Amino acid sequence: MSDTEHQPSRTRVPMPIAALSDPHIGDAARHPKRVEGLIALVFVASMVLFGISGAAYWQNWSPWIFGGALGGGLFLLGFGLTAWGKYLMPQGPFVEERHTLAKSPAERNALSAALVERTTVVVKRRRMLGGLFAAGAGIMGIVLAFPLLRSLGPVPKDEFDVSQWKAGTVLVDSNGRAIRKDTLVPGGLMTVYPRNQMYIEYGKVTFTDQGLATDQTVLLRLPGGEFTTMPGREGWTPDGYVAYSKVCTHLGCPVGLYEQELELLVCPCHQSMFNIRNGAVPQFGPAPRPLPQLPLGYNDQGYLISTAPYDQPLGPAFFERS
Amino acid sequence: MSDTAIRTKRSTKRAMGPYGQVGKIVDELDDRYGIAKVGRVALDKIFPDHWSFMLGEIALYSFVVLIATGIFLALFFVPSAHEIIYHGPYAPLRGQRVSEAYQSTVNISFSVRGGLLIRQMHHWAADIFVGAIIVHMARIFFTGAFRKPRELNWIIGILMLVLAVLEGFIGYSLPDDLISGTGLRIGYSIAESQPFIGSYMTSFLWGGQFPGDGSIIPRFFIIHVLIIPLALLALVSIHLALLVHQKHTQFRGEGRTEHNVVGSPMFPTFMAKTTGFLFMVAAVTALLGAFAQINPIWQFGSYDSSKISYAVQPDWYMGMLDGALRIMPSWEFAGVGHTVPLEVFLPAVVFPTMLITFWLLYPTLERRITGDNELHNLLDRPRDRPKRTAAGVAMFSFMFTLFAASSTDVLANFFHVSLNATLWFFRIAIFVIPAIAAAVTYQLCKEMQGVHGIGKRKRAVIVHRSAQGEYSTVPSAPRPDDEHVELDPEPVPVRIDIEPLSNGADRQPETSPTGVRQVTR
Repeated sequence: MSDTEHQPSRTRVPMPIAALSDPHIGDAARHPKRVEGLIALVFVASMVLFGISGAAYWQNWSPWIFGGALGGGLFLLGFGLTAWGKYLMPQGPFVEERHTLAKSPAERNALSAALVERTTVVVKRRRMLGGLFAAGAGIMGIVLAFPLLRSLGPVPKDEFDVSQWKAGTVLVDSNGRAIRKDTLVPGGLMTVYPRNQMYIEYGKVTFTDQGLATDQTVLLRLPGGEFTTMPGREGWTPDGYVAYSKVCTHLGCPVGLYEQELELLVCPCHQSMFNIRNGAVPQFGPAPRPLPQLPLGYNDQGYLISTAPYDQPLGPAFFERS
Repeated sequence: MSDTAIRTKRSTKRAMGPYGQVGKIVDELDDRYGIAKVGRVALDKIFPDHWSFMLGEIALYSFVVLIATGIFLALFFVPSAHEIIYHGPYAPLRGQRVSEAYQSTVNISFSVRGGLLIRQMHHWAADIFVGAIIVHMARIFFTGAFRKPRELNWIIGILMLVLAVLEGFIGYSLPDDLISGTGLRIGYSIAESQPFIGSYMTSFLWGGQFPGDGSIIPRFFIIHVLIIPLALLALVSIHLALLVHQKHTQFRGEGRTEHNVVGSPMFPTFMAKTTGFLFMVAAVTALLGAFAQINPIWQFGSYDSSKISYAVQPDWYMGMLDGALRIMPSWEFAGVGHTVPLEVFLPAVVFPTMLITFWLLYPTLERRITGDNELHNLLDRPRDRPKRTAAGVAMFSFMFTLFAASSTDVLANFFHVSLNATLWFFRIAIFVIPAIAAAVTYQLCKEMQGVHGIGKRKRAVIVHRSAQGEYSTVPSAPRPDDEHVELDPEPVPVRIDIEPLSNGADRQPETSPTGVRQVTR
């Protein structure tokens, strides 16, 4: 390649220039010298703050000193740069023309023609091949979706939210202690779990995920001895003990609040309220169904047990629930 | 050649040409990539100077902060639901069963030097990110910047908002603390409420029934640190590329037309301002992280599905969804052997889907209604489009009412009214407040259109009292800053002349080439 052909311009380009006194270029600041000095000060201050934050890290001072100095330094550095841009750099207003993005009709037609006509030649003439390719790609897609559908997790079967409370399951509190007649005073409340979900790990009583998430049950003792929450549930509340599933029928939060005067269980998530005396029927809020009730009794040793499993799935509704 | 024999500083400089090392680099790059023209255009790219254009920048820069702080956190976080006994420096937790995810988050806060600050910066930046996106979206909506040819960028923006909210929810679920665990439990039940697919979806995602087999934390982790950030990065790139390709919109003003852009050049003015702004956004997150505690998970404890705390509120951007769940009546469909919990499915699945679809389709809908198929590069003043402005205000007041409804319990406690009354107030307000807001906005816009000199500073009026006790008023003389003075826009100069050139031939007059005409609006 000859030198003349490929000679980058080595002289100054004659193009529009502007003088410093042009108001488009000129300072937006009334006192540019003063602004320059201030910005310089701001930059120096930011350096000092960065230094302090470095020292705070090194010496392991409180996080707020480290963060405060770092934030202050960042802010001043940014503020100085922005002020420099705003007051001491070409201000404009400058203008740039917009070029129409749309091309000429001829060019549009050329593209459309190429798309349509090539498609006709390639696809429409070989319709069978096109169909087979599409079928192949479709089958591939379905096959590739298998791992996603099958490997991620188990297919839900019929055991939705089935609890491990059986007839005769002993109620235990979070420390694994079984409950006797006088464990709770009238008006008292505690969370209980089925003893068959309890195990010891690291020397501590703990429960399976199933026991904690699904089987958690709230046990209350109401004053006034045995009562009936609903017709057909006679004898479920010995000595005023009554047990309901603690999983809210709305969205599954633990129904953890107890309004003692009104004898209401309250879900702290969306304020559904359940009337304890009347079978935990929702009295207020978005919950659609009562909390399922666990029938209670005593075993031979005088411990509280469930006399039968819950009569329905626990927690929020799902499509397969009948 | 004889002068190559002796190389001095000066001779080397002369050989470089008038632009020195930079010129040399430009030559080399242009040989290979042909950057000369594109590069020049890029330097001169004009950015309109209006404060409202910074809102998108806040979102962009908080995303930068999120990536930077997120990389740091990912070095220490252990995405595992495996339960262990805590033996760390935080005494109240010692001996408690916690998940590894929870313990590592506590360790980031207390054992990793600088970790607490970075964690809090990350959380604050996430809240700012979503907030900035929404405010930016409001600017785009009320000024009509979404109109043809920018519908696609509006759609990308909405998708980014959805991803950002999802990313935020997944992110604050990762520490596996009591509050986020409760949120996750609610999320599980919402997903489960969908007819046909619900239980399959939750079983596949959680690896079984709640709380699953412990897969959810590592799965959420990879979604949070890779999949959604990658999608966001791709969408941000397309968003910005489209913005550069189609150029900015601008408000009406002196010298501004549909066919130009008026403002500051990319280099150096906008570069300096926007880089400074990046530092300032980072600074705000750092200062918030340093002085304003956020999400102190060590106080909540590790998640235990049978425990809960009072005043359970999600992060603010999930508030709307929570409010909708609270005020929904308890309608459950049960029959033909199936149950559809409409009290969950409608407000938490159908409603947000409809809302997002509506936002995505809005530009098309407006074009259908107005029949306006023109290209628009000039922005509307909100008052000049009273119907759109009223619709937007109605939407925002609707969302804000739902947000407020997510704290019915706290409001009821604070104002000592019954929860029942609070709930019914919101059930009615959700329809009434947007209607009133829309009507008031429409009327205000109409009024503002008719006001002479709107948007200009009011001039003081002087009241005179004559000797006879008679009063008269005269407007005061204009002060220097009373009126907005703007210069005529002109092309970006290539060179700024500091010292007058000896050769006067290519020299422009001392004043601007077009002559300085001051325009008063």
